Amino acid sequence: MKLDLTLNGRAVSDDVRPDLTLLEFLREHGCLSVKQGCGTANCGLCTVLLDDVPVLSCSVLAVRANGRAVVTLEGLQEEASAFVGFLADQGADQCGFCNPGMVMNTIALLRENPDPSDDEIRAYLAGNLCRCSGYEGQLRGIRAYLDSRKE
Amino acid sequence: MAQPQKDYKCVGKSIRKKDAMQLLLGKAVYMDDIVPRDALTVKLLRSPHPNAIVEEIDVSLACKVPGVVAVYTWQDVPRQRFAIAGQTYPEPSPYDRLILDRHVRFAGDPVAIIAAEDERAALGAMKRIKVTYRVLEPVLDPRASKDGPILVHPEEDWYPPCPVGGDNKRNLVASETDSAGDVDGVLDRCDIVLDRTYHTKAFQQAMMETFRTYTRLDRYGRLHVISSTQIVFHVRRILSAALGIPKSKIRVEKPRIGGGFGAKQTAVSELYPAFVTLKTGRPAQLIFTREECQIAGSPRHEMEIRVRLGADKTGKIRALDLYTLSNSGAYGEHGPTTVGLSGHKSIPLYTGSLEAYRFAFDVVYTNLQPAGAYRGYGATQGIFAVESAVNELAELLHIDPTVLREKNMVRQGMAMPAYYGETAGACALDRCLARCKEIFDWEHRYPVRDLGNGKVRAAGVAIAMQGSGISQIDVGSATIRLGDDGCYNLILGAADMGTGCDTILAQMAAECMDCDVDNVAVFSADTDVSPYDSGSYASSTTYVTGKAVERACEELKERLCRIAARVLACPPEELTFCGNCIRRCGTEQSVSLHDLAYQAQLNNTEAAEATVSHSSPISPPPFMAGMAEIELDKLTGQVTVLDYMAVVDCGTPINPALARIQAEGGIVQGIGMTLLEDVRYDAHGKPMETSLMQYKLPTRLDMGKLRVEFESSYEPTGPFGAKSIGEIVINTPAPAIAHAIYRATGVWHRNLPITAEQIALGP
Repeated sequence: MKLDLTLNGRAVSDDVRPDLTLLEFLREHGCLSVKQGCGTANCGLCTVLLDDVPVLSCSVLAVRANGRAVVTLEGLQEEASAFVGFLADQGADQCGFCNPGMVMNTIALLRENPDPSDDEIRAYLAGNLCRCSGYEGQLRGIRAYLDSRKE
Repeated sequence: MAQPQKDYKCVGKSIRKKDAMQLLLGKAVYMDDIVPRDALTVKLLRSPHPNAIVEEIDVSLACKVPGVVAVYTWQDVPRQRFAIAGQTYPEPSPYDRLILDRHVRFAGDPVAIIAAEDERAALGAMKRIKVTYRVLEPVLDPRASKDGPILVHPEEDWYPPCPVGGDNKRNLVASETDSAGDVDGVLDRCDIVLDRTYHTKAFQQAMMETFRTYTRLDRYGRLHVISSTQIVFHVRRILSAALGIPKSKIRVEKPRIGGGFGAKQTAVSELYPAFVTLKTGRPAQLIFTREECQIAGSPRHEMEIRVRLGADKTGKIRALDLYTLSNSGAYGEHGPTTVGLSGHKSIPLYTGSLEAYRFAFDVVYTNLQPAGAYRGYGATQGIFAVESAVNELAELLHIDPTVLREKNMVRQGMAMPAYYGETAGACALDRCLARCKEIFDWEHRYPVRDLGNGKVRAAGVAIAMQGSGISQIDVGSATIRLGDDGCYNLILGAADMGTGCDTILAQMAAECMDCDVDNVAVFSADTDVSPYDSGSYASSTTYVTGKAVERACEELKERLCRIAARVLACPPEELTFCGNCIRRCGTEQSVSLHDLAYQAQLNNTEAAEATVSHSSPISPPPFMAGMAEIELDKLTGQVTVLDYMAVVDCGTPINPALARIQAEGGIVQGIGMTLLEDVRYDAHGKPMETSLMQYKLPTRLDMGKLRVEFESSYEPTGPFGAKSIGEIVINTPAPAIAHAIYRATGVWHRNLPITAEQIALGP
């Protein structure tokens, strides 16, 4: 099927199988930050923005992105750089495999709600699993970033 | 131990992991990101039966699927048995595997290897392989395995490289009895003897990156393996044995890996693409699906542990008698060794007053998913049992369980007969417990509080230990090399799987060489390049490899002084290494490190690098105390962990931020296996929790406050006084939360996980 979309601000056209997932499409197009963790929409690793809304790309067909804008972490390096250093300071990156999905969802959260409470952060990121960190370090990192903005 | 804390520049500092920004910004660092896209896709047809013989297998239709390159069956593979456990040779694990076996032994055991141009073709071929199975009755209950009528490994070429008490004709992977003192006599004389049986399941590591391996032939025609593994050197040996090719023809490399927790201490995914590459000459890759990870990974050994605990009326614990039945599943990986920890790293916690102990075990085969190594490695199961029994004793005697532990626990300087006779050289367990009590506010939170709205708040406690590497076996090595402008390369065979050991070991090197951590470039791990390291497991890296780093730096400094002696035309004994220069004592003469680095490249015969291997005769245990406060809904059985407080003695924390994250992550994994993660089997012995939809990992909503503190001791045999932290941190949640649930409900739950349903249903 013919597919035209905007990927990280760039027009992309391709002919794809109807059952190709957006996750597969994105990795084939060099967006290697997008990871598969479960394949059943349970882990959050494959989170990308589809028309600015976070979606799990393992469970979205690539053709559903036709005519729409997809953004991956490759396209948000600057916005991410603003706060991921605070996560690094906590050592919260750990194995790193869940990081891109979590960073994408955090970006979505902060765009929606620039000053979230700890509970709001936990609730918004609840679908982003991390097996290494126990989550607290990620929360401390995001909190430190938010506090730094208030100073 | 009160040790003068030196004013370190790099050690003890919470610096960022060297790869942190690459990881957080989603750069391509993992196997699937860095390998070429044109590799063959490898898929495995897996048996639906837990015990069957492949009578006939017809691959002709499968081979006709466009894009299919090859399909291999048991007839195509070498007939020499081997083990896939990542252990030092000769492995304690039995040689009971073939790459493909005609006798399939669990639902998920591979029957055929498919290699195709893409995944679609491979999956299309999988459907077209015709297999006729002779289905045999399986043994699915570990209690019925030993000396039962059904043999999991009846084959004549089953081979144990080490004498560990195994016998395939009895379904035994291993068995042993160890004791000190007259256990039966002491138990007879005790005022109270508790006799309790505890059970834990085959929990999954569920690292976010599933098992995966890429293989190709390099420019010399050698097999080049890029795999998500904790054990590059063991993988090379395993591949050599399995494929029947010399080790000189194999190179194994690990990229950044997306979590391991012990799962990748077994060569789960490496054999199949390697076999395809050798046969076809083409690059190949195998990426496990999450379902394959859940049904054919290398989870924790299911254990049933009977504890007989003898005490007097005052709560003095006089005897411990443990029997562990461990379920190794269809193959014996790590079976003989995990089980040992269930006793040897639980009983010594009560060295304080113990007069006698006995620890016996059987490890049995069943037709279930083979188990492997998972953080804690048997200690987790044993500590759940022993700590629960101790809590049961405290409640029976109406003694505060922290006070009971103060009476009985191991303290610094005590010899621990149940811990291989080692002495607790550096042990701050007493301080950990005292501090934990204080910060947690145990006095006020231990009493049960009924909130009057159907909810109850209660608290529980546990202590734990682990080891630091495998004594007299593990080898850690480091190469440190001076580069052109005074920078250093630190080359390792350890495997940073997210723990941060690349950074921690660089901190040690920077401390020794008196430079910035940024000045130390780290590389790990590649069998062609790295000095030998057994790998990152058994909580060994900080303690064993760290000491190798420290010693390699000392040796490099001596070498640099010898090079400087030539430059300054003086005896090397008169020279002192000062970080950025080498100085001649009592003179103004010196040579800068920058100049020395160039001098080392000019008419020089002394290598400006040093490689040191280290091994330790002892394995100093880290210790910790953990306390949990829960809120329990009496109607639904729902348990919410409100607050978890842990105080850890890992010796000197080399990087406190990373040590803290290790502790927090381990505690949350422990909470998962206590309350959420279940493993049930269908009639075919296949796990029912085959996805992350069913296998419930803790989310950030499943935990309340999590607090971690350190009570440092100083371990003189470790680098900068360090012990270990990676594994111990998973050990306290199960017994502490089970204790809190008892406090809230009056029911002891002795089987993990303790789900809301079980609590609501009651005893």
